[in-house]
Amino acid sequence: MPSADIVIAALVNGLLTGGVYALIALGLTLIYGVLHIVNFAHGSLLMVAMYGAWILSAWMDPYVALPLMAAVMFVVGWALYAGVIGRIGRGDDRTILLATLGVAVVLDNLALVVFTGDTRTIETPYSFDMIELGPLLLSTPRVISFGVAMLLACALWAFMALTDTGRAIRAVAKEKEGARLVGIRPARIFALSYGIGIACLGAAACLLLPTFYVSPQVGNVFVLVSFTVVVLGGMGSFPGAVLGGLIIGVTESLGGLFLGESLGQIGISLVFIAVLLFRPAGLFGARA
Amino acid sequence: MTLRVTRRAALAGAAVLAAPIVARAQAAPVKIGLIHPVTGALAFSGQQCRLGGQTAIGDINGAGGIKGLGGAKIEAVLGDAQGRPEIAASLVDQMAEGGVSGFTGCFASALGLAATQAAAKYNIPFSIDSGIADSLTTRGLGNVFRFFPNNSSVTTDAMTALKDINTKAGSPAKTAVLVHEDSEFGTSTAKLLADKLPPIGITVLALIPHATPTRDFSNIVLRIKSEKPDLVLISNYQNEYVLLARTLVQQRVELVGTYSVSGGGFNLKFAKEAPTVAEDMMDFNHWYNPRDPRGPAFRKRIEDGGGVFTWEVPFGYFAVRFLADAMDRAGSTDKEKVIAALADSTFSDHFMPYGPTKMVNGQNTGAHAVALQIQKGDMQVIWPEQFASAPAVFPRPKI
Repeated sequence: MPSADIVIAALVNGLLTGGVYALIALGLTLIYGVLHIVNFAHGSLLMVAMYGAWILSAWMDPYVALPLMAAVMFVVGWALYAGVIGRIGRGDDRTILLATLGVAVVLDNLALVVFTGDTRTIETPYSFDMIELGPLLLSTPRVISFGVAMLLACALWAFMALTDTGRAIRAVAKEKEGARLVGIRPARIFALSYGIGIACLGAAACLLLPTFYVSPQVGNVFVLVSFTVVVLGGMGSFPGAVLGGLIIGVTESLGGLFLGESLGQIGISLVFIAVLLFRPAGLFGARA
Repeated sequence: MTLRVTRRAALAGAAVLAAPIVARAQAAPVKIGLIHPVTGALAFSGQQCRLGGQTAIGDINGAGGIKGLGGAKIEAVLGDAQGRPEIAASLVDQMAEGGVSGFTGCFASALGLAATQAAAKYNIPFSIDSGIADSLTTRGLGNVFRFFPNNSSVTTDAMTALKDINTKAGSPAKTAVLVHEDSEFGTSTAKLLADKLPPIGITVLALIPHATPTRDFSNIVLRIKSEKPDLVLISNYQNEYVLLARTLVQQRVELVGTYSVSGGGFNLKFAKEAPTVAEDMMDFNHWYNPRDPRGPAFRKRIEDGGGVFTWEVPFGYFAVRFLADAMDRAGSTDKEKVIAALADSTFSDHFMPYGPTKMVNGQNTGAHAVALQIQKGDMQVIWPEQFASAPAVFPRPKI
């Protein structure tokens, strides 16, 4: 039986990891909520963003690069939707789904060609800084990434709730035809939402880089967990994505502690099944 | 992602491979087949082996070809095994049809096992470069030779090295925790090491398995911390190796040292990209002899040429030179004569940290791996004494 100190440390570490899951899942849930498609390219675009941040790290700190990377990824997301996914999809959900899958395959293999299968890491002056909190040793960059992820989640929520653009996005998500009647152009809102969803990945990439590695497969490490988070929280729900991310982070961490790191992953699936059994639409999902 | 190759494309590729290149040398060129996984999951290591092999061929041809064959030049016949044993075997068939006089390859043991078996049908000599499985040379195939160490010699030597390093420092390491990835490779390696540690005076406190990929090593490191071991032994793949090493430093785990056998992420790139984490980490692995000036010179040459230096490069290099040396002494490309020359080989024109070359059933019993430590962002050989480039930092300084 692990000591109380270790359990508390595992709990806090789980929360910190969950913050980043939440940020990645926010983008995914936004795209689902508006476009009603599961973005299979999410992991690959995270990988692209991480390579972007990795390249930029030669000139600037990943945290300084965060706004830039988010902006760049917004443009990438917008262009990808307007130029490729939307065009191929022609409004048919299934085709859009396949288009995102195609984008993922192309990006993954392009990365293999350009960057080879190597694993890359960076070292920043604060990579190994720790915050001492009683018996806890918390990695400073992970505390920062948690804080920034939560701030961004709040900012995104405020944007959706308080601005006209946010209202337009919500209008399109709810009732596309009705939105069109009041002068909103759904195609533009789709590209905008996809862009914002991908911009979240730009931010997540910069937050991950000081403590994680980059490789062409790095997206797969996060994307399955994010899918779980989104379904758990309720497809399309922001508070659901945040809470779901934190729950999955803590479950994974405690599961690893009590069941061993191999078997511990089962905890995620157990929580997932329990939520689906008792709240089929997810924690915050609208009931059908 | 694996590349799909249609039958037609494979045939076209085979035709290209088999097409003779018009040579203007006085003696007919000698074809050597180089079979490596240069695409797919093993691409990086396969390319490194191929780079070594091609460098060797360039050197031999530049120095006037194989003397014993009247200055015959070597012609490389390149094959991509794509990480798939059946393709490695079919490449052997294609190249044998194309008239190769010998093979080198195949980086991974699984590919080597298939390719050497295929080559045995034609009795064409096969010089293994990397491919550590003992069975490559213990199956009784008369055409297969390995100049480099096999798995049992590496694990046995690894424990001797750890014992020597520990004893010399006054035995500061008495306990160990083994962290391993939970598939066949990591589990069997960890079990093997766990059995061999108590005889050298080190108690195993725990074996901690983890999945591949693992996103966060905090819990594992907390467990390690609670066990308070002197040593952490690691057997996993590159990404998890790097993450675990990072988290150990972050959580300020006080250790006498870390040790791995052929550690997944232990290389010069790791040393340069993550100097704080990599500092003083130890691994038992292949390297050149740093005391032989040709070793560092070779590394510099690869690096100056824009390549990345890893141990696979000299392996690919000497697999070819070892084979060419036998052809030179045989004075012929006759298979039987070359095989006899390989079996009698005392090949010494190399810069590996090996004893005298002596072939027993196709295995060079003089070949050994060395203990390495990353010190100040560079790789140092710390064991055995006769090849060491620096003394071991053991126990490592407190954080």
